[in-house]
Amino acid sequence: MSVVTPSVASLSGLTARPGQPPARADAPVKIDVDRMNFYYGAKRALDGISIQIRANLVTAFIGPSGCGKSTFLRSLNRMNDIIPATRVEGTVLIDGQDIYAPGVDVVELRRRVGMVFQKSNPFPKSIFENVAYGLRINDMARSKAELADRVEESLRQAAIFDEVKDRLQDSALALSGGQQQRLCIARALAIRPEILLMDEPASALDPIATQRIEELIYDLKKTYTIVIVTHNMQQAARVSDHTAFFWLGRLVEYDRTDRIFTAPAEKLTEDYVTGRCG
Amino acid sequence: MKHRADVLFRTIALGTLLLALAALGALVYDIVSGGLGRLNWQFLTSMASRRPEDAGIYHALAGSIWVIVLTGALALPLGVAAAVYLEEYGTRSRAARLIEINIANLAAVPSIIYGLLGLGVFVRFMGMGRSVLAGACTLALLALPVVILSTREALRTVPGSIREGSYALGATKWQTIWYQVLPMALPGILTGLILSLSRAIGETAPLITIGALTYIPFAPDGLWSPFTVLPIQIFNWVSRPQAAFKENAAAGILVLMLLLLVMNAIAVFLRDRFQRQGRP
Repeated sequence: MSVVTPSVASLSGLTARPGQPPARADAPVKIDVDRMNFYYGAKRALDGISIQIRANLVTAFIGPSGCGKSTFLRSLNRMNDIIPATRVEGTVLIDGQDIYAPGVDVVELRRRVGMVFQKSNPFPKSIFENVAYGLRINDMARSKAELADRVEESLRQAAIFDEVKDRLQDSALALSGGQQQRLCIARALAIRPEILLMDEPASALDPIATQRIEELIYDLKKTYTIVIVTHNMQQAARVSDHTAFFWLGRLVEYDRTDRIFTAPAEKLTEDYVTGRCG
Repeated sequence: MKHRADVLFRTIALGTLLLALAALGALVYDIVSGGLGRLNWQFLTSMASRRPEDAGIYHALAGSIWVIVLTGALALPLGVAAAVYLEEYGTRSRAARLIEINIANLAAVPSIIYGLLGLGVFVRFMGMGRSVLAGACTLALLALPVVILSTREALRTVPGSIREGSYALGATKWQTIWYQVLPMALPGILTGLILSLSRAIGETAPLITIGALTYIPFAPDGLWSPFTVLPIQIFNWVSRPQAAFKENAAAGILVLMLLLLVMNAIAVFLRDRFQRQGRP
């Protein structure tokens, strides 16, 4: 893990930002966003977002529907580029490099910043091929044996290998919802990203499958920087180290998760986490 | 009251269906009773002849298969590439919309117009002559609009979540299209292709226009060979005065229908096969 020196931009914006002191300030900054605005056409969806996301921690984004948390997550691997007429202002630095600078290779960025979606989206292929796909298109396995090893390793990391080891050639669509989602996590891990973005990964799952995903997230943060969007505040409280609260396209408060839930600085945050609004 | 109207409508609908089926049944019966007696191995393997009892369909059947295979080989890559461009790469500009409308219109252009175009462009300008290749190029033009439209339709049914999943793994646009989108769209693409080829195989007018021969005593032996096709041979036999040639025509129609059935069966088989792929 490379240690990053905070850029000038991030230091200058420090005092202006809401809820800036993250608990483990010793952890290096992995993602540094400074006064970022995001537009769908003429509509501004994100307004002056500034946040420093630390490496090897789980950062949760909470907030009501339509508050921009998913939009913000998707802007961290430029997934919004696919949507026509979107526009970004401000800077988003990952390891000190502006990912929106001209000449940035989006394909290379997405290889470093993996993503798991709200609705599991396995490809209509075999379990093996789902995980092997990312390795194949990125030329990351030199031999068949290496490919098989990396697929198995990824499935183990996503805690699904034991359930599927006897049917790797079966269709991924035959798996249960929770298994499909863990397969999608395995798929994302196979190309060894540095950051894993998760967009409400457990919202469509039953409590037991949700618990397995949460345990998995806890294990994965040793290796990855994880950013998770969630509707479920208990989930944010359980899995995350830091929590950012979004409201109407703004970042209201960003702090240690225990402080957000027990002693938030902002009244709005308190109202939201106690269920009085949103 | 409502119930009675329902029954009435059902009866009318059923009656209309039966009427259509009866007409089709009568047609098939007429052809089968007229042609089945002529349909044998000798008929399938003999060339055209002045004597009806010696005449066969081999040259026309071979010609049809040559033309249709070539037409498919030309229309599939061109049509799919055009559809991929329009659907995946093309912008929503005014020019793109104009092209879209024109493609939809092309599907409705009378086939003889394609024949005239083929005569002007392929036979004369490009110097292909009255060859199998010129015929296939002309029919490929005829098939293209349907292939493009059905391919675009099939591409649109591929869910956005699959594309996003692929992009999120660091796939390029082309990799996403080639490895995820096209395989998922394949059943729809093949259905469109076979449908348009089924239309093309029954076409007579454009091929007569470009100079496919009505009498030819040999089967094509290459891309530059002159040729005839089943509908032209059938038309030729129907227009003869001798009753025995009418039997040949009926038998020829049976062969054409069987060929169509085989093509549709292949389409259904391929669709099922690819649809099942990757599904439990």
